[in-house]
Amino acid sequence: MTAKVYVTPKRGVLDPQGKAVANALHALGFAEVDDVRIGKYVEIRLGGSPSDVSARVRDICEKLLANQVIEDFRFEIGDDGVKPR
Amino acid sequence: MKWGVLVFPGSNDDQDALWALGEILGQDAVALWHKDADLKGVDAVVVPGGFSYGDYLRCGAMARFSPVMESVGRFAAEGGFVLGFCNGFQILCEAGLLPGVLVRNRSLTFICQRVHLRVENAATAFTRLCREREILEIPIKHGEGCYFADDETLGELEARGQVLFRYVDSQGEATPQANPNGSLGSIAGVMNARGNVFGMMPHPEHAVDPAVGGCDGQKLFRSLIDHLERGVRQPRLAAADGRP
Repeated sequence: MTAKVYVTPKRGVLDPQGKAVANALHALGFAEVDDVRIGKYVEIRLGGSPSDVSARVRDICEKLLANQVIEDFRFEIGDDGVKPR
Repeated sequence: MKWGVLVFPGSNDDQDALWALGEILGQDAVALWHKDADLKGVDAVVVPGGFSYGDYLRCGAMARFSPVMESVGRFAAEGGFVLGFCNGFQILCEAGLLPGVLVRNRSLTFICQRVHLRVENAATAFTRLCREREILEIPIKHGEGCYFADDETLGELEARGQVLFRYVDSQGEATPQANPNGSLGSIAGVMNARGNVFGMMPHPEHAVDPAVGGCDGQKLFRSLIDHLERGVRQPRLAAADGRP
């Protein structure tokens, strides 16, 4: 299985990187850009039982991948192209 | 008293801290390797600056899983004194030993300069030799030193006197211009509610020798030495295998 994890800055937390990129886009003429938020994308391949995979990935996110003082996370679980027989 | 300075892969202020404590302050100071859970009977632990584990994922996020940090967690829970500077502050926040978190400087640039700090609470083990609202000059050098916590946490920190240092100008005013990294409330250093764990972004270990720009950093170390040598000794951590 593959877990695709998205870690994003919480609303209300200043994201100076996103702000700098938004300013750069304005300078390039993309005047319609209202806001940019920059986060992380993490892809995890993992085994084990599919029945509790969501709980395990949630645990991974809470324990390490996201600092919940400043970050939110969400994830999708998919197969990784290897079909079970 | 005996001090321990943690050493992670990527620490780079560990030797400066050992030198400040050993050579300048005449203390017994030992290095504590990150893979070694034994704290060697120290009275206080310094978590030094640097880029532990390459700052991967988030600054300080990986270091908290090392064997030595498990011991530091128990040491702090037993009332042992722990000080974190720069990356050490980030590690203590990530480990949950201090509230809040350090994020990217608002300017997005790495900053290396001397700053003025105002002592916000001089009635702590870490600041007892300072005067209330005294101005100290201590250097910073970091890219991720912007202190952030939610409003509720900030309110509690302020109400309980857990903010020990604030960035100010040379006149002691906490102006936006004097806040180098965008920290909320111009916060430069905080303490836990119990008063035995403290972290700050500036580097007191780089301000201990008049030959290299001043001695204001000595006041922090001397405060804790004074506190502990007045007989309020903290329990020493048992050996890692549980034997006394």
